Amino acid sequence: MKNFIFALFFGLTVAIAPLARADLAVFATVPEWGALAKEIGGDKVKVYTATTALQDPHRIEARPSLLAQARRANLLVATGAELEIGWLPLVQRDSGNAAIQVGQPGYFEAAAQVVRLEVPASVDRAHGDVHAGGNPHIQLDPRNVLKVGEKLAARMAELDPPQAAAYQAGWAAFAGKWQTAMARWEKDAAPLRGVPVLVHHESFSYLFNWLGIREVSALEPKPGIDPSSGQLSSLLARQQSQPARLVLRAAYQPDGPSAWIAGKAGIPAVMLPFTVGGTSEAKDLFGLFDDTVQRLLKAVK
Amino acid sequence: MQKTFAMAAMLAASCAAAAADDADLAAIRSQISEMKQSYEQRIAALEEKLARAEARAAAPAAADSREAVAAAGPAPAPLPATTPAAASASRFNPEVSLILQGQYKNMKDVAERGITGFFPAGGHDHGEGTIEGINKRGFSVDHTELVLGASIDPYWRGQAVLAMADGEVEVEEAWFQSLAIGHGVGLKGGRLRSGIGYLNEQHPHAWDFADAPLMYQAMFGTHGNYTNDGVQLKWLAPTATFLEFGAEIGRGANFPGTDRNQNGSGAAALFAHVGGDVGVAHSWRAGLSWLKTRAKGREAHFAGINDDEIGGQFSGRSGTWIADFVWKWAPDGNPKYRNFKFQTEYFQRREKGDLTCATPEDASATVSCDGVVSSYRTRQSGWYAQGVYQFTPNWRAGLRYEQLASGTRDFGDNAANFVVDSYRPQKATAMVDYSWSEFSRLRLQLAQDKSMQGITDNQVTVQYIMSLGAHGAHKF
Repeated sequence: MKNFIFALFFGLTVAIAPLARADLAVFATVPEWGALAKEIGGDKVKVYTATTALQDPHRIEARPSLLAQARRANLLVATGAELEIGWLPLVQRDSGNAAIQVGQPGYFEAAAQVVRLEVPASVDRAHGDVHAGGNPHIQLDPRNVLKVGEKLAARMAELDPPQAAAYQAGWAAFAGKWQTAMARWEKDAAPLRGVPVLVHHESFSYLFNWLGIREVSALEPKPGIDPSSGQLSSLLARQQSQPARLVLRAAYQPDGPSAWIAGKAGIPAVMLPFTVGGTSEAKDLFGLFDDTVQRLLKAVK
Repeated sequence: MQKTFAMAAMLAASCAAAAADDADLAAIRSQISEMKQSYEQRIAALEEKLARAEARAAAPAAADSREAVAAAGPAPAPLPATTPAAASASRFNPEVSLILQGQYKNMKDVAERGITGFFPAGGHDHGEGTIEGINKRGFSVDHTELVLGASIDPYWRGQAVLAMADGEVEVEEAWFQSLAIGHGVGLKGGRLRSGIGYLNEQHPHAWDFADAPLMYQAMFGTHGNYTNDGVQLKWLAPTATFLEFGAEIGRGANFPGTDRNQNGSGAAALFAHVGGDVGVAHSWRAGLSWLKTRAKGREAHFAGINDDEIGGQFSGRSGTWIADFVWKWAPDGNPKYRNFKFQTEYFQRREKGDLTCATPEDASATVSCDGVVSSYRTRQSGWYAQGVYQFTPNWRAGLRYEQLASGTRDFGDNAANFVVDSYRPQKATAMVDYSWSEFSRLRLQLAQDKSMQGITDNQVTVQYIMSLGAHGAHKF
């Protein structure tokens, strides 16, 4: 009998222990911020990433599982700049979680920490799926990752004071490694400077801004609208006057249009991981940039 | 002497340098990099200004919008401080969206449309020559929906949906919702679409077919949803599996209830939802709901045994159970290119009370059973199932099948006066739609409607749905 009671208590303790651990629960909308929170927080945080690199972050549904995870989060890390406008506001409101609402410390917007590119002078849906806040795909400039990470570490420390020192230490260690890696990427990527490229969607503007790659055009006639055969043919015609050397797409974008252009123009089509998990090599933030730079270098050789 | 001093100084300096550990170096590096970045940004901003000035000077109107955006280059995000006061005041304006919806419809001319074997739920008439239901024959414009929504303050959010039709503006929804209660609790108050069932909370522009399933028309009338003036309390459990419970009370003025001049609540609803993901490609939600309403003198036209048409007034209680299930699939969980959605719902309704025979308002003579009161008891059910497959970003196709059962209908003594039909209404629908973007859609729908006994109505609908402005997110 005694043994039974003991076993019951032991079982209960084991069952409850994971619930009782006061980890900071982070809900990241996209893989890059999930990975960054993990770098800063290590084993002090529990990170849930709402999407994968194979999903178009503009077009996610407010699935029941996302509501359940948002309900339990202490910190919501979003890109912002309207990237998640089609689903995140609904998840926030229906989560019944006061901590992660806009304006609360538990809501962190990465794009608000950096200088955004392509901020339109005026917005009209006639221009396609434009973002009034500028291009939201900020993660492919490692300098942006530094800026976001610094603010994110501070926010995590603010929300979880007992672990503040751990977050600051985690951040300092990451930032140190990141600086070294950045110098390496910049050196390796020197041959990419000035290379003219085509892109499927405006996914890489920050990467190009960082490495000095020149974007000739996007395959999409308007942001978010799939390339038509007419658009592709006119781009092919422009190859004569303004030749691009590569055509790039993100892991989640279909390969059809870029493969077509590549085949006709005789230039390589390159799939880039775009975010953590986009390729098997991009398993963390370092891998993301290592693989992106390597894939580009291999293609221009 | 001097030599020794210099040596000592050098030694000290090197010691200090050695003491500076990696962390310090990293800090210095980061500071330098930050300075570098800040200068680069300033230079970029200047370059951009220059480029803009040059562009303005060179070709004022030549560039198309895309190039204009590209030329803007690394423009810093607009800062509130630099915005004129008038513009910043208007920034608090609610998000506005407008839904344009209309159709062309080919169907039979049936004098009084309804569902055989079910208490006519009425509906709103859109004027002379219209058919009961949201649509007319030929060309027509549906309700034009205006949606306004915004945060009220850090604690509440509000939203109103106004439906405009010729000569009327109807408040479809007008509610406030809590943002700051926490603990998974959500409170909503005002006029709101009830959380029962699956389709009930969706607006017609989010439907996958041009009309509501027969089941919803039988349950709630041609609006195809149950809206209540009242309050809703929801609680989301802190579990990895989605588990949500909700309760509502309210006025209960809409079918199957009636408006009453009384204190207290006229309708109550309870619902529970459970859902989750299976792998990365599948997600689902299932629900069970219960709605209780009261009716006093709920009136409709019936076919009589002795008279052509008689009025029937129901007073009593109505209880409805709804079970719903939705399953969605998308390769890698990326629904933009291909996805599939399966959805099914089942309902059962019991009504108990009195039925009074009355003379219809427009009748030329008093009906023979005028004033006869009898007991009234029904137990009815129905279901629908549908699948919609999106096979390219632009094209979707779907099938829906539905069936109702008029079930048990006990009219007591009034069975001698009313025609009590027993029937199984059926309808099969196929649709294909094309979307230029998330905001515009054109749909072709073919349906074989056997909801009225003895009539097979083959219907063709061409429908458009256009959303303007800040269109909010759709529910799962």
